[in-house]
Amino acid sequence: MSSFYQLEFEKPLLELDRQIEEAEADLKRAGGVSPESSSPDALAIGSRVDALRARRAQTLIDVYSNLTAWEVVQVARHPKRPQTRDYIDLLCRDFCELHGDRRFGDDPAMVTGFARIGPHRVLIVGHQKGRTTQEKIACHFGCAHPEGYRKAMLKMKLAEKFRLPIITFVDTPGAYPGIGAEERGQAEAIAYNLREMSDLRTPILSVVIGEGGSGGALGIAVADRVAMMQYAWYSVISPEGCAAILWKQANKTTNTAAAESLKLTAADNLRLGIIDRVITEPVGAAHRDPAAAAKAIEQWILVSLPELERLNADELIARRYDRFRAMGAVTETASA
Amino acid sequence: MTQTANRTWTEVKTPRRAVIPEGLWLRCPSCASMVYRKQMELNLHCCPECNHHFRIGADERIRQLVDQDTFEPMFQNLAPSDPLNFVDLKGYPERLAAEQKRAKALDGCRAGTGFIKGRAAVLACLDLHFMMGSMGSVVGEIVTRSIELATERDLPLIVVSCSGGARMQESGLSLMQMAKTSAALARFDRKGGLYISVLTDPTTGGVTASFAMLGDVIIAEPKALIGFAGPRVIQQTIRQELPEGFQRSEYVQESGFVDRVVPRSQLRNELARVIDYAGK
Ligand SMILES: [Zn+2]
Repeated sequence: MSSFYQLEFEKPLLELDRQIEEAEADLKRAGGVSPESSSPDALAIGSRVDALRARRAQTLIDVYSNLTAWEVVQVARHPKRPQTRDYIDLLCRDFCELHGDRRFGDDPAMVTGFARIGPHRVLIVGHQKGRTTQEKIACHFGCAHPEGYRKAMLKMKLAEKFRLPIITFVDTPGAYPGIGAEERGQAEAIAYNLREMSDLRTPILSVVIGEGGSGGALGIAVADRVAMMQYAWYSVISPEGCAAILWKQANKTTNTAAAESLKLTAADNLRLGIIDRVITEPVGAAHRDPAAAAKAIEQWILVSLPELERLNADELIARRYDRFRAMGAVTETASA
Repeated sequence: MTQTANRTWTEVKTPRRAVIPEGLWLRCPSCASMVYRKQMELNLHCCPECNHHFRIGADERIRQLVDQDTFEPMFQNLAPSDPLNFVDLKGYPERLAAEQKRAKALDGCRAGTGFIKGRAAVLACLDLHFMMGSMGSVVGEIVTRSIELATERDLPLIVVSCSGGARMQESGLSLMQMAKTSAALARFDRKGGLYISVLTDPTTGGVTASFAMLGDVIIAEPKALIGFAGPRVIQQTIRQELPEGFQRSEYVQESGFVDRVVPRSQLRNELARVIDYAGK
């Protein structure tokens, strides 16, 4: 369980867990608490355990209701946080994975395939970061190459052809910055996805499940409805990247300031009109209860899909256009 | 071989500031010769010795491309705001005010209609002199309105890009300009409009990964830096030397993402030529 406590602000929880463990050991030694026979000692220890547990529960709530934007970014990157493949396992049935972009290769950082969710047949598209070291390296830590974006678009066109709604899971620090990625047209691959997604004649739902890093995230998120998990982040640049440029250095102080300024949390993105919905995570974030997090996503999908399926394709893409057309903060002045 | 041919891109210094320092003479950053400023300017801001293309602002670009007295500026009343209340070492409104005063414009995109060798077109030029040509809401909006205007009037569209990327101070809203402009281009495309994208030094980040790479025909000025990620970010990530000429126009053309590398002196001719082939 130790990898649960990588985050600095969770230290009070770690300490409480240690105390609970100790008290429980004491209790065992004192013969435990049962209706038939309990020593006064055991009763005292038993109530101490209960009190500690209550305190722990409250502390967990308190810690997670007062996170700074920078702390949210750390939760979004938690090594135990559910990833696309976890959500596929938890909320899809009969996942039929489809590989490759039929141009260059098969990018493991982008997962695509048919699946069933509730009564719906859908196409899943999602960034995959990888869990084991080997998987992380293969996935470039969730940074897709152009072939990943082209794979996503190829399968999305398939979904359009067969009128399957598309569900995308966004979880990337950003598109991969490398020689091959540039040579194979990273910018073109993303740009093409943005243009084509805006025009796909089938419903699209996107959920930012962890990191929504810039164009690499948007490359699969031009959707009719976009939701963010409560502790996900979504922004034009990572706090570290922003701090390095605008504060000339990235450290805890500048990262914290940059994260704050970038307004990258789910609540901020909702306020700015960039997303339509914040999906509440279980207490203490999705990694503490992936199944509950998946259930919350499923509920949103099951409510949203029928609403979109009622629209004909022309209406659907007209509304999608209007959704993005309206974005931005522009003031019309009287004259130039 | 020219003097610069053996150098890698990292050694070829581009001017640190987009504004060329005042003075009668200046040193060409490419061939290092002393160049008479006036002569360089008369040469479309290219070095008379080595044809190094100096970076130019949007107003100068329009002067160079559009037939005299035919440009009708549009959308220049759109002003940015500070939706995020963004503060780094300086507040965003403070930065904006300084840039607006210096650039004598509200934001970093000049657009309008005009004629190029007698051919009517909608033209939008990003302005490197305004916050490094970064794309915020206003730039995105002006590009989008230009696309919509070209769609409405059935005119060819030319966008001249130069950009350090998306504007961090508008964060998510700036990111969404990528989707907004690309969606508008989808409609223009469906209607059969001609879009010529001109890439100039530097075109990077969110601008490249949206409208800049969506041209029906993509033209680049020589040796312009064109990429998604900046070379420094790439170097930090992969920790190896970048190949010679990497992310420069000629290299990008070889990779297959630029149709033609066209020197500034030929740009007007080439635009007219493409319009004659593909315009309506
Ligand atoms: Zn020169």
